[in-house]
Amino acid sequence: MTTLVLLTITGLGLAALYFLVASGLSLIFGLMDVLNFAHGAFLTIGAYGTWWAAGNLPGAGESGWGFVLAVVFGVAVGTLVAALIELLLIRPLYQRHIEQVLVTVGLSLALVALVRAVWGADPRPFPRPGWARGTTSILGANVPNDRFLLIVSAVVVLVAVLAFLRFTRVGLIIRAGVENRTMVTALGIDVRKAFTLVFAIGGAFAALAGALGGIYLGSISPGQGTSLLIFAFIVVVIGGMSSITGTAAAAVLVGLVQQFANYYAASGVGDLSVVLLLAVVLLARPSGLRARLA
Amino acid sequence: MTDAPLLRLSDVHVRLTGSHILQGVDLSVRRGGVTALLGRNGAGKTTTVKAVLGLVPCTGTIEFAGASGRIERIDGRRTHEIVRRGIGYAPEDREVFAGLTVAENLALAERRNSAHHHDRVFELFPELKQRSRQLAGTLSGGQQQMVAIARLLLNDNQLLLIDEPTKGLAPLLVAEVADVLARAAEEVTILLVEQNLTVVQRMAQDAVVVDQGRVAWSGPAGDLLADADRTRELLGVATSGGGGRL
Amino acid sequence: MREQAFDRTGRLRRLAPLVVLVVLALLPYSTLSLPGLFEGVLNSPGTLQLLALCLVFGGVALSFDLLFGFTGLLSFGHALYFAAGTYGANLLLTELGWGLGAAVAVTTMAGVVLALLVGSVALRVTGIAFSMVTLATAQAGSIIVLQDPSGLTGGEEGLAVARAPIPDALIGVFNTANKYWLALAYLVLVYAVVTWVTGSRAGRVWQAIRENERRVEVLGLRPYRFKLLVFVLAGLLATLGGIVHLLLLGGSTPRVTTADFTIGLLVMVVLGGAGSRWGAVLGGVLYTYLDSRLTGLASSAAIQDLPAWLRVPLSEPLFILGTLFILVVLFVPGGIAGLVERLGARRRDRRPEIDGPPPGRAVERLRDEVGAGVGAGLGTPRRPDGA
Repeated sequence: MTTLVLLTITGLGLAALYFLVASGLSLIFGLMDVLNFAHGAFLTIGAYGTWWAAGNLPGAGESGWGFVLAVVFGVAVGTLVAALIELLLIRPLYQRHIEQVLVTVGLSLALVALVRAVWGADPRPFPRPGWARGTTSILGANVPNDRFLLIVSAVVVLVAVLAFLRFTRVGLIIRAGVENRTMVTALGIDVRKAFTLVFAIGGAFAALAGALGGIYLGSISPGQGTSLLIFAFIVVVIGGMSSITGTAAAAVLVGLVQQFANYYAASGVGDLSVVLLLAVVLLARPSGLRARLA
Repeated sequence: MTDAPLLRLSDVHVRLTGSHILQGVDLSVRRGGVTALLGRNGAGKTTTVKAVLGLVPCTGTIEFAGASGRIERIDGRRTHEIVRRGIGYAPEDREVFAGLTVAENLALAERRNSAHHHDRVFELFPELKQRSRQLAGTLSGGQQQMVAIARLLLNDNQLLLIDEPTKGLAPLLVAEVADVLARAAEEVTILLVEQNLTVVQRMAQDAVVVDQGRVAWSGPAGDLLADADRTRELLGVATSGGGGRL
Repeated sequence: MREQAFDRTGRLRRLAPLVVLVVLALLPYSTLSLPGLFEGVLNSPGTLQLLALCLVFGGVALSFDLLFGFTGLLSFGHALYFAAGTYGANLLLTELGWGLGAAVAVTTMAGVVLALLVGSVALRVTGIAFSMVTLATAQAGSIIVLQDPSGLTGGEEGLAVARAPIPDALIGVFNTANKYWLALAYLVLVYAVVTWVTGSRAGRVWQAIRENERRVEVLGLRPYRFKLLVFVLAGLLATLGGIVHLLLLGGSTPRVTTADFTIGLLVMVVLGGAGSRWGAVLGGVLYTYLDSRLTGLASSAAIQDLPAWLRVPLSEPLFILGTLFILVVLFVPGGIAGLVERLGARRRDRRPEIDGPPPGRAVERLRDEVGAGVGAGLGTPRRPDGA
């Protein structure tokens, strides 16, 4: 029982991480038809931004509000980088989706290499605030607190995104744009502003995932984001490519399957089962990949 | 000033994936009333409308007199900029947002630089008010067409580009749509792509016929429809008494 | 007059690959020293090994271009077939002690079967979804190799190949020239196969699919079959590349299983020019050369003396290559091949010409070929005004 509880909550924590990365990916893909390979780099930038701020930014630190400030800084850097990339590199290739994907591929190489050049390829220990290091007893299982931090953050983000899409004009434009971008422009709306915004939001979530992933894993390395990205891609596909609720459900499914299979079968089997899951989903509904945003 | 055209296309060409679809279209739309844009399937009517809106890349000159009355070139501009000058567009397949409610569809259409005439829209289409919380994807074809037209009439426009508004509608609805458009035409200029010659006859003062990517005929709509031979030659239909559906 | 001029450039175009081939074949006899470009003389083992790697990746890049450039299929899982080649042959040689011939034959077949399996699933979806499925399947391969099941693949350490089953002529530093010729032979094979198939009817269908898949369907052809064919062929050529790579390096490394490896192939093809045969080869050669040389350059005095803000990024080959790649995508459409064609066209003052029909014409040409039974009305189904 304790193992079950621990595995479930850890799986949900992993799912939270996947959701934070995949939600931005699916927003960007849904609205712009761009599969953003640079998303893993946003995660790396968020992690290193937080790590740097905790050690160097005045007022920031490794625990308490100082650490919150460090995370805010990391997220801000990730957001800014993502918005600048959209404005300077993606926007000039308007409507040329393959070239846009290629640019993000180039960025995924260049940005990660840059981080490696500056801070080295070896993992860096990541600050873990005191509370996150503790455990909470649930049904007899001692669950590390960082899991709850991940899950709560993801739930807050999910609710915030859904409310944003539902109740704001920009959210309305994004929902309409996912369905029919051309008609949105034909109503006199500059849909490109929504593109930049969606990129910035995606960058923020990925950067947050970077900081939270750092707490969860205890260390960060330049390639971390890229390895997480592939599973986030799988989550996006299983979730229906452009649906936020679908992405959330798929993230939970993938996180739990991976965690349980890795524990009960053998290490690595969980990762493989996730790929298998993707194949099954594709075979079951090859045409149902493009769902609505909700 | 009054005889200056509202919209003028000169030598407009459109090439898409290897096909030369518009091959030098010259046409002008005068201010006020309805100009019908006619032609067989594949002649280039929809492409002409899309070229005006900047939805397909084109060469040539497209000029439009906005609210100020000053003629400006709009070709090469982005679609949202063109639309903000006071052009409303209802596409062939209506293209309402199926996943949004009727109210959201209308809210999305509210243009920043214009007043929003919800009263006018709901007076013309009381049904839309009742169904404002319904998803547009669950509406009938006729109701979706009402949403598409409501989006046009919500804002202050100089010109409406309406592509086959009666396509696929039951005869009763065709008449209703034509009524609404006729009322709208009292205030705003309409360029109407239409296959239903009865509707054309009832509404249009001027007509432009495109054939194989060029303008084959233009003049008063009455002259065209009165000449059965010419109508048959240009549109490929026999007009019995000037009416009939293609 | 003009036609004669065309004829001459046409003959030159046909002769150029032959001249390049002869020069490449004779390289191991050259003691030319190119300081700055290579560390030793041309036929020193180090330089020949680097050149051989360049040639192998020229061939692998071309096999990827068959998918991406010629057919428009953006696969992110090409690494899987290359990895199947190197690890498959390695296991048969080292674990089972098979002879080289048998190992090559069976590995090649395995590569074909693998491509057939993955392709038949992945090609059920199109566009980005296809990219994701290929990415995921390749990731599965990578996970298996890294997990080191039963100690078979060597995990992160990689796997050295047993020397016994391999002919002596392909073993050791002294035989680098032979390995170089093997790499050259592989590249020539890939180039010949690609030239042949892209000129065939299937090749014209692939080009038409890249341009407009739906219109190919309207012509009564089944794009799925043609796409599966090109997917399997490209997989086969990559598998062979993996085997040659194994013989060249004397082992398999898990790096070739990763998504980054496929991304490297994509960078090669886009740098050189997608849809151009020699462009893809040149891209593969250049990328491999730069990747190797830039690492050495990073520790050179010229870089070490630079101020930190320049020195730090320049010490990472992938930063330079990634940036170069972005610049090419943004400013040099068609890559090096496109650039050369445009420059050449300006000099000759005529329209640029690429391998195959001008853009937007492949479907038209195919329609003419399919010919009978296809009415004019079917030719323009995607015209916005179409019924």
